[in-house]
Parts: sequence; structure tokens; C-alpha cells
Amino acid sequence: MTTSSSKQQAIPFWRDERTINVISQIVAFGIVAGVIFALYQNMTSELEAQNIPLSLDFLKLSSGFDIAQSFIEYSRTSTYIQAYYVAILNTLVIAFWGIIMATLLGIVVGVARLSTNWLVNKIAMVYIEIFRNIPLLVFLIFWYQGLFLKFPAVREAITFGPIIFSNRGVSVPWGTPTAVYPTFRLILAIGFIAAAVVYFVLYRQGKRTGRMPLLTVWSLLTFLAIAVVGWIVLPQAPLDIDNPILPEAGFNIIGGNTLSSEFMALLSGLVLYTAAFIGEVVRAGIQSVSKGQTEASRALGLNGFQTLRLIIFPQAMRVIIPPLTSQFLNLTKNSSLATAIGYPDVVQVYGTIINQSGRAVEMTAIMMSTYLSFSLLTSAFMNWYNKRIRLVER
Amino acid sequence: MAAITSTKNEMQPPPSERSTPIGWLLKNLFNSWYNILLTIVAGLIIFAVLRGTINWALTDARWAVIPNNIRNFLVGQYPSAIAGQTDYVWRLGLGLYLLAAVIGLTFGSRIRRPEPIGAVLVAIPIVLALLPILYFYTVRPENLTAGDIWTTAFQIFALDIIGIAGLIVGRIGGDRFKRTVTILWILYFPVIVLLIRGVGDNHLIREAPLAAIQTRFWGGLLLSLLLAVVGIMGSFPIGVMLALGRQSKLPVLRYLSVIYIEFIRGVPLISLLFMGQVMLNLFLPDQIELDRVIRAMVPITMFSAAYLAENVRGGLQSIPNGQYEAAWALGLNGFQTMARIILPQALRTVIPVMVGQFIGLFKDTSLVAIVGLLDLLGIARGVIANPNYIGTQREVFLFISLFYFVFSYALSYTSRRIEANLGVGQR
Repeated sequence: MTTSSSKQQAIPFWRDERTINVISQIVAFGIVAGVIFALYQNMTSELEAQNIPLSLDFLKLSSGFDIAQSFIEYSRTSTYIQAYYVAILNTLVIAFWGIIMATLLGIVVGVARLSTNWLVNKIAMVYIEIFRNIPLLVFLIFWYQGLFLKFPAVREAITFGPIIFSNRGVSVPWGTPTAVYPTFRLILAIGFIAAAVVYFVLYRQGKRTGRMPLLTVWSLLTFLAIAVVGWIVLPQAPLDIDNPILPEAGFNIIGGNTLSSEFMALLSGLVLYTAAFIGEVVRAGIQSVSKGQTEASRALGLNGFQTLRLIIFPQAMRVIIPPLTSQFLNLTKNSSLATAIGYPDVVQVYGTIINQSGRAVEMTAIMMSTYLSFSLLTSAFMNWYNKRIRLVER
Repeated sequence: MAAITSTKNEMQPPPSERSTPIGWLLKNLFNSWYNILLTIVAGLIIFAVLRGTINWALTDARWAVIPNNIRNFLVGQYPSAIAGQTDYVWRLGLGLYLLAAVIGLTFGSRIRRPEPIGAVLVAIPIVLALLPILYFYTVRPENLTAGDIWTTAFQIFALDIIGIAGLIVGRIGGDRFKRTVTILWILYFPVIVLLIRGVGDNHLIREAPLAAIQTRFWGGLLLSLLLAVVGIMGSFPIGVMLALGRQSKLPVLRYLSVIYIEFIRGVPLISLLFMGQVMLNLFLPDQIELDRVIRAMVPITMFSAAYLAENVRGGLQSIPNGQYEAAWALGLNGFQTMARIILPQALRTVIPVMVGQFIGLFKDTSLVAIVGLLDLLGIARGVIANPNYIGTQREVFLFISLFYFVFSYALSYTSRRIEANLGVGQR
């Protein structure tokens, strides 16, 4: 009886879930691999027909084009790969300053959005709504062509304190290193180490006594103090401050450093745009901390600043960090729109290299992996940071 | 007892909130020294910005560039009577009328109480119809007659008539139309794409009413919207499949989905668009050659699918495990569980997010201007390059920014209201 019933219940192998699972996975993998292989085959055969087989050798050829802004040695005789390094550096510079400035402005916007002052609140709201509903690219081109390129010529340039706005770009005071600059750099390094030591010692002491001092403030003060003392003690100022001046005759601004219109338009445009989104993130984060937390900390005798620093801020950070990460990533990815206003970032140089060398496939692969590695690195770092503040919290 | 009555008698009415303008100002703008300072600073900033802008808009700006190119901004090179070609713009008009009818039907059959958003929707065609009239009687252009303008205005106003007719039909039909309305919405988008695209020979060869209009004639707002609509429609099935794949217990499916999603989300859209333009034709067999617009639609769809998959995954995760268990207990198999129980609930919760994604995609379509397509932004760049309109960057870009802004804002506002009203997204 039992044997016959178990025989009847035995499922044929093609209806066994385990078999189906294995087979369906193999089929899925086969389809994907087949499609990719077919696409690849098409591509290589077409490329061979055009007589440009896949290879990365062209990267060592001389590029033959100039790049307007470069932080490393570069000329038109340099190789394609050097041109691409210049471009990556340009993108990273924009991303770095953009992230710092957008975060600062975003915090201001987010706090303004929560202000009890009706006017300030509404200004922040209008600001956020404008940037959430206009495409970044439209704004960037408008910002560049409608504002930065419409600044007057050098002769009639607008001066704002020591800063000069003209259609050439924005000229700012800049330090030129003097003979003692290397020594000063050494002092800065010592200051940095001292600050780290102060941070560590205070942290240990805080752990021991249970009263955590203001770590960041004290270590920053240490660094600043050493830097200022160094500046004064050295026989000569390590940096000559060079103010830009309008020329009496001629067309070039003398002295200072002129940041190109493209750079300034891209940086300020990205910062304004991203700050609107960061503002929303910050507002949501602060609002996510319930009012009872504030009340409880006041009941414990903490003052307003302590409440903010010890109670509200750490809890809000937990909500803020993940969406903030994605905003940082967005800013980095959005910096690729630089190509529309002529800033030599990765995409712009990628386009030029394709035009010069005709190597579309290789360059597209290189460009995509560049952005992909930016994204993966940022999210890896932020995941690590996120985990760290979580552990501290709980 | 007596005590209670007595307290009731002694009870004072609550102090009335002072809502005088002065009181409001004191409470909201000048309640402390730093708020007074903030108010003054903010007021000065607003004053400076507004004064500069209004000054420029009324004196220096050359607004003529907008009405002179309005057709380009709206439909690009789509063949029209204004440009002296056989008119095909009526097909777009028909599409709008259909949209008005479907919206009317939706409101009629689904919404019981009067709703402010309905008034807003009715007001849109009225405002739009007033614009050409206003333009005509203030600027008095020579190449247009009053008759033309009034016809145009009436054609726009007809949207309201059709919408309200739909509303009445929906009211009469009541609940019986609910299902029909859903089906109509699903059918609407393929129909409109077909209507714009046309069928058979292209119109340059044979001028049939429904002749195909090649994609290179699509432009302006029409192209921006089409790219967004095609992107969201095409990405829907892919996105749902990817979301299911990412949730799957089978490692191969899961890893393939994760790799796809993370790859697409890790690179900027512009790099995908470049890939589409320079590599797509290489990937395909020799006999297939895609045109530029299709080569933009493919990456936009791929891009949108990855983001949609993440949204749908959020919806799937919101379904409690009990739903799966109940479905299995009823004897449904895996496919039936997904198709009949889980997906209908999960997709319902992600509808609001998807509207947001559609708005985002509509804004992102502006990137196709970089690869040389003539969408709203591409047209704007073309207009600025025209020697007749040199130096009108601010006018043109303010105009298209306004266009994008009004469109996105209206869409998100409408969807928020309808969502609240219909309980879309709530289970």
C-alpha cells in the first residue's frame, strides 16, 4: 500500500522543481550569452570590414589636439592616453569641489526650508521647485550662454571686491609660491600629523572619562594654529597673494588666476542644481527625528546646541547619508554634461578622441568603465562610512 | 452635577487667533531679532533679482524670437500647413483630443465629488487658447488674420468640450466604465505613437492621410514627449522582469539582473546615448540600419528599465510574505502567484513612483540634444544659431525652461492629486 502510493506520488523529473530551476537558469544564461556573442560577432565582422580591428594600441599615438584646461603636463604631441588622464582629472576636480560646495549650500537650503521665517522658507521652496522641474542640461546651457558668456569684455569687466567677472572667465586672487613654500608645506604636514594625534588622544580620553570633547574642533584648531604660526615665523610669506587687475591697455587681465567661463559655469550650475536636491534630503533627515527626542534631551538638561549636536544630528545623519550618497554620485555622473558647454571633461575628450582616431568602440568601453569605477568607488566608500556611523550609533 | 454645569457656564470661548495682516507679519517675519535680519536680507535679494529680471524682460529682451519659432518648438519639422506642406499636424491634434476624451472619461467614471484639479485641467486649454488671441491683438503680426487666430483658439478650446463630453458619458456609464477606462489608458500610448508615426509609405513618396512620417521630421516638444513615452512604455516589461529577476532565488537570474541594473545605474545617460549613436548599428546585422531617433530610444529605454526595476523591487518588497503563502496554499503555481497575486498589488504601489520617473525621463530626454537630435533643447540651440536671432540665448532658454517647468510641475501636481483622490498606490 505504502510503496504503491509513494510510487504514484513520485514526480517525473521534468516537473521536479529542482530540475526546472537548474534548466531555467541554464536557458537564461544561454540566451544572454548567445545574444551578447551574436552582437559581438556582428561588431567584429563589421569592424574588420571597415579595416579597424579592436585594439588599444592607438592609445599610444600622439593625440594632435589641445585641451583648454589641464592640471598635468599636456600638449598636442602627448598621447591619447595622456589626453584621457587630463580629462579624468578635470572631471574629478569638478566632482570634488562640486560635492563640497553643493553639500554646504544644500545644508543651508534644507535648514532654510525648515525656517519659521515665512519669506526664507518660501524662497527655499521656490528654489527647490525650480531646480526639480527644469532639466539640468537646459539650465547649464542657459547658465553658460545666458550668463557667463554675456559678461562684458575685459575692458568693461565687472569687479566685485578683488574678483573680476568678464567674458574670459572669472579672475580671482591667487598665491604664487615663494622660496620658502616647500618649508611651509612641511609645516602644514606637521600640523596635519599633530591634528591627527590630538584627535586620537582626545578620543581616548573621551572614551576613558565618558565625556567626549569636541574632537573635530580641537584637531582643526591645532592644524590652524600650527599653520598660522608657521606663516608668521617664516622669514618670508610662503605665498605671494596676487590680485588680478584690469589692464590699462591690451585685452588680458594681469595677475591672479582666471578660471575659465566653462569651468565656473559648470561648477556653479552643478552646485546650484544638486544643492536643491541635497536640501530636500537634509530637510527630510531633520524632520525624521521625532520631536520627543528634542524634548527628552532638553529634559535631560542639554542646551540647544548640545541637543542639535548630540541628539538630532547623529540620528538625522543615519537618514541623510544613503540619499546623500546617491546625490554625490548623481553630481559626478551629471558632470558629464560638461560636454555641452565645452568643458574638457571625460565625455568631451572622449568625443574628440573618437573624431581623431575613429576608435569608437574601444573609447566607449573605456569611458563607460571610467564612470562605472567612479560610481563603484564612491558607493563602496559611502557604504563603509554608513556602516561606521551606524556602529557608533547603536 | 451642579459643579459640571457651572463650569460649563463659566467656560470662555477660546481666544480668537488674531489673523490681521500686521499680526501675521509679526508672527511669521519679525518674531525675533535674527528673523528680522533674515527677512530684510531675503527681501533685498528678492528685490534685486526681480528688479533685474523684470527690467530686462520689459526693455532689452527680444521676445519676437518665440512666436516666430513656436511651430519649431512644438513639433519641429513635422509637416504642417504653416510651412506650406501637406498638413499632418492634425494627427497630433487628434491625439490630444483623444487624450482629453480619456481624461474626461476617467474623471466621469471614477471621481464622485467635485475636485479642484478638475478645474485646473479645464483651465489649461482656456489659458492656452487665450495665448494666441492675446499675441494677435498686442503684437498685430502682418502675416496672420483674425480668422486664423480665432480658429486656432477654438481648436484648442475644443479640448475642453471633448473632455467635458467624456466626463458626462463617464458619469452616465458610472462604474461599468471603470475597467474600460483602464484599458483605454493602456491602449492610448501605443495608439498615439502609431498615429504620429503613421503606416505604410512615407509621406514624401505618397501623401496618404496616415502616411508614415520619418523620425527625422519629429522634433521639438513632440520628440521630447515621444522619447519619454516610448522610454517608459518600452522599459515597463523589461523593468518588471529585471525586478523579478533580482528577487529570484535562482542565482544566475539574480546575478544577471543585478549586473545589468548596477551597470546602467553606474554610468551617465549621456554615455549610453553615445553608445547608442556610435555602436548600436555595429552590433546589429548589416541589413538592419536604425535611424538616429531609434538609436536614442534604445538607450533611453535601457536606462529607464534599470531605474524602473529598482522601483518595482521596492513595490515587491512591500508585499507581505503571507500573500505568497496564501497563494501557494490555494494551489497556485509560481507563475500564477506572480501574475495574479503579487504583481497586481506591487505595481499598484509603484504607480506614483512611476509618474515621478516619467517626469524625470521627460527631463532627461533633453540629453539627446547633445547627440544631435532636435528635441525641445535641440531646437532651441538651432534657433539661437540662426543669424536672425543672434544673442537671444536668454529669451529662448527662459522660454524652454518655463515649458519644462510648467509641464513637469503640472504633471507631478496632477498625479499627486489624482493619487490622493483615487487611492492609487494604496492597498
